[in-house]
Amino acid sequence: MTAKYLSQPIKRLEDKYLLTGNARYVDDIEVPGVLHAAFLRSDYAHAKINKIDVSEARKRPGVVAVFTAEDFGDFWKPGPLQVPPPTAIAGSKFNARTIVPIAKDKIRYSGEALAVVIAESRYIAEDAFDDIIVDVEPLPAVIDLEKAWEDTSVLVHDDLPSNMAALVSQEVGNYEEAKKNADVVVSKRMLVEHVAGAAMENRGFVAKWDEQDQQMTIWANTQSPLTVRGSVARNLGLAESQVRVITPYIGGGFGPKVMTSLSDDVLIPWIAKKLNRPIKWTEDRRENFLATTSERDQIHHCEIALKKDGTILGFKDVFYHNTGAYDSYGMTVPLNTQTHTISNYRVPNFYTEIRMVFTNTMVVTPVRGAGRSEGVFVMERMIDFAAKKLGMDPTELRLKNLLTAEEMPHKTGIIGQDFVANVLDSGDYLDNYQKCLKAVDYEKFRKEIQPKARKEGKRLGIGVVAFTEGTAVGPYEGCKVTISTNGKVTMATGYSTQGQGHQTVFAQIIADQLNVKVEDVKVITGDTGSFAWGAGTFASRGATLVGTASYLAAQKVRAKIFATASKAFGVPEDEIELGEGFVFVKGKPENKITLGDLAIKANPMRGVVEPGVEPGLEATAYYGPPHGATGSGALAVIVSVDPETYKVKVERFVMVDDCGTIINPLILDGQIDGGVSMGIGNTLYEKMVYDENGQMLTASFMDYLMPQATDMPKKIEIIHQHNKSPLNPLGIKGIGEAGAIPPGPAICQALEDAFSEIPLEILESNLNPSIIYDYVKKARNS
Amino acid sequence: MSQTFPISVTVNGKVYNREVEPRLLLSDFLRHDLGLIGTHVGCEHGICGACTILFDGEPVRSCLIFAVQANGHEIRTVESLGTPDHLHPLQQSFKDKHALQCGFCTPGFLMTLVPFLEEHPNPSEDEIREAIDGNICRCTGYEKIVEAVEDAAAKLSQAK
Repeated sequence: MTAKYLSQPIKRLEDKYLLTGNARYVDDIEVPGVLHAAFLRSDYAHAKINKIDVSEARKRPGVVAVFTAEDFGDFWKPGPLQVPPPTAIAGSKFNARTIVPIAKDKIRYSGEALAVVIAESRYIAEDAFDDIIVDVEPLPAVIDLEKAWEDTSVLVHDDLPSNMAALVSQEVGNYEEAKKNADVVVSKRMLVEHVAGAAMENRGFVAKWDEQDQQMTIWANTQSPLTVRGSVARNLGLAESQVRVITPYIGGGFGPKVMTSLSDDVLIPWIAKKLNRPIKWTEDRRENFLATTSERDQIHHCEIALKKDGTILGFKDVFYHNTGAYDSYGMTVPLNTQTHTISNYRVPNFYTEIRMVFTNTMVVTPVRGAGRSEGVFVMERMIDFAAKKLGMDPTELRLKNLLTAEEMPHKTGIIGQDFVANVLDSGDYLDNYQKCLKAVDYEKFRKEIQPKARKEGKRLGIGVVAFTEGTAVGPYEGCKVTISTNGKVTMATGYSTQGQGHQTVFAQIIADQLNVKVEDVKVITGDTGSFAWGAGTFASRGATLVGTASYLAAQKVRAKIFATASKAFGVPEDEIELGEGFVFVKGKPENKITLGDLAIKANPMRGVVEPGVEPGLEATAYYGPPHGATGSGALAVIVSVDPETYKVKVERFVMVDDCGTIINPLILDGQIDGGVSMGIGNTLYEKMVYDENGQMLTASFMDYLMPQATDMPKKIEIIHQHNKSPLNPLGIKGIGEAGAIPPGPAICQALEDAFSEIPLEILESNLNPSIIYDYVKKARNS
Repeated sequence: MSQTFPISVTVNGKVYNREVEPRLLLSDFLRHDLGLIGTHVGCEHGICGACTILFDGEPVRSCLIFAVQANGHEIRTVESLGTPDHLHPLQQSFKDKHALQCGFCTPGFLMTLVPFLEEHPNPSEDEIREAIDGNICRCTGYEKIVEAVEDAAAKLSQAK
């Protein structure tokens, strides 16, 4: 079959609505009779609650109700584990302390909900905060990860003997034995800083209970509509069929919108049912910073052992991972760190240990990059440090150890976030790196550009790193494809969309199979009333899992087209031809049946249907891979450093990426560009800062610096590799997080190169001019 | 806070007479009182630029202005540009160059750029980047937005 749409730069079908103010987001949902919710949030990071007095707030005109933990009675309980612990890893220890919907007895992070006010307007609801008296006894805050791990630390959860949330170690080979044969061993302590997802749209939730129909309808901008549906049904004792979760257009996700069982999705449905009034809550930016979820925040103690020719013998990494006050999202992030630490290179001996620790900070869940960034950061940094010690060029050391196509599929043996032993399915990591060196013209930079710049008093540096991106993990996703009687096609999936172009890419795959115009395929994402199975939007799995399910479902519908047409024309199926939107018997194009008319024939109103025949030109398909597909790539950056201000400018940015089959090159490059802006932002601008009292000092866009148009390199040069994944029929691998992964280590390497005359060693992932100045000063004095 | 004041505001060429509380933000007035949901609210502290509208032709943050301040003034929102089937040239360029992903920040960019392109019919890349520096986009990395503006500038100056 010829692919008319696959791999073509089809302009997005959803754009015309988004561009004209005709796309509804959750705060645009207007339900008659709606009341507005506002959460009073704690100013303290850690405190014992004596009393929260809401009696005056209840008297305020316009206030309908005020609830504290006590008012929820038996409904109040810690939430479920959204992601289970990794029991597949032998010896793993995990202490589940899941998110509570609203603080009771104790406050565990600044921003935790203390009371919820329901009022006629959001303005009035927030006015009522002034009427609430919060009587608490402040406790010392647990913030420093390494101190928090010690037995002497103040406890976040008093019923646990320590702040250990989890202890998980994995080993392939035997690192300590391998180290005995090493010529060179390098050890470092490194910090990967805390960052926000910071989607431009904050979270939001609207719940409407219909007493007559006994139905709950929810509009939410969640990445996991089916998880929300399941937990709302369980919480309220309803059948899943009584709860419909609709995700309207969503203004970016980037991870944090995957978290459920937060105050809003637990309490608002209960309140809507109790008051029998629709309730709306829209998060504000400060709440998003304080009380959604965020990520990174790891401290690594790494060691690398090598032969003097540069062969890596082994790697050891013991790292502290902040899970925040609760650990409902399990260990997705640190497990990703473990799998991504060694996944670029031949590392025969690897010991990795997660020390996941509770602190008095907001809950940690994936943010674009999601643990991968941390693993790649520490490995790439360690290779740079090892290269310096060996007196080798950092690129030479990489070229020696990178995995090649001949070694694929490569089993690393490290169990990942999907609880499956990691298998690198495809790709040529060495080739990625070589192409990247060539594209940036590494030799020319070293021999001509950099020396010339130095003579002119300019500091230029180059960094070239490798990365992998584990994507497309299971368990599964699915969809239903239907040809309507008007000849148009509808696809429905439980997968929700946040700007990734799903309405176009899934339509492209389906349109090719059914030979219809791409604009005649309407894709419905994340409406549990339309499709009610699936896991959620995370781990760059949409294109691969839902894309493959789209392909499989469309193939089934295609088979039904031929079967129905064969019957209608009274000829064997192999004599049927599928034109654009119609069928005919080969050689007789004048006698057509449109797909719409064929859909009518596929749904007979009288007569006898043969056994096994399902009505309609409709089919459902699911796809679950045996393990994830791993994208890969390399990144070269050239940076300049202002000798006066130490401001860093990214002068060139050349990225090689291999995501297998490209569905839509326009959308693909957009995904990379967006990830890159986050990666550059995380490295040079963005940092969430908590002080020693657990107060977040960066809870606004004035303090948390988002990369702006003038901060980005002028051109993100992208080179695509095309090593298909063998795991799915179209050969797709994910791409959503690639751009966010390698900028940190590449920029660090380039900065050290820009100051190559001094022993500069950058040991943290977020750098502003004053941090760089301090590093340089220290290196000059050493 | 129940006291209200009468205001008369022209929005996208239509006159609206309403009674509003003095503390009502213009962004909330446009979105919830008038139902013009194309203006989006991203931060409510004037940094992200998603709520940018034209106030007497000047791009301003509607989250930093009270509705009462708009009394007697002329407002334009994204709804005044094109429609899904007849996009404004700038909107068409955004679509053609894949200059939007989630679309949440997009109306703010458009409303910043419409007067910019009127004043700078042939902008340089640096001028475009300066112009949109007050609008944050988390999805695109800006490069394709810059390309869209260049594309729109070329189309618009050709049309003149």
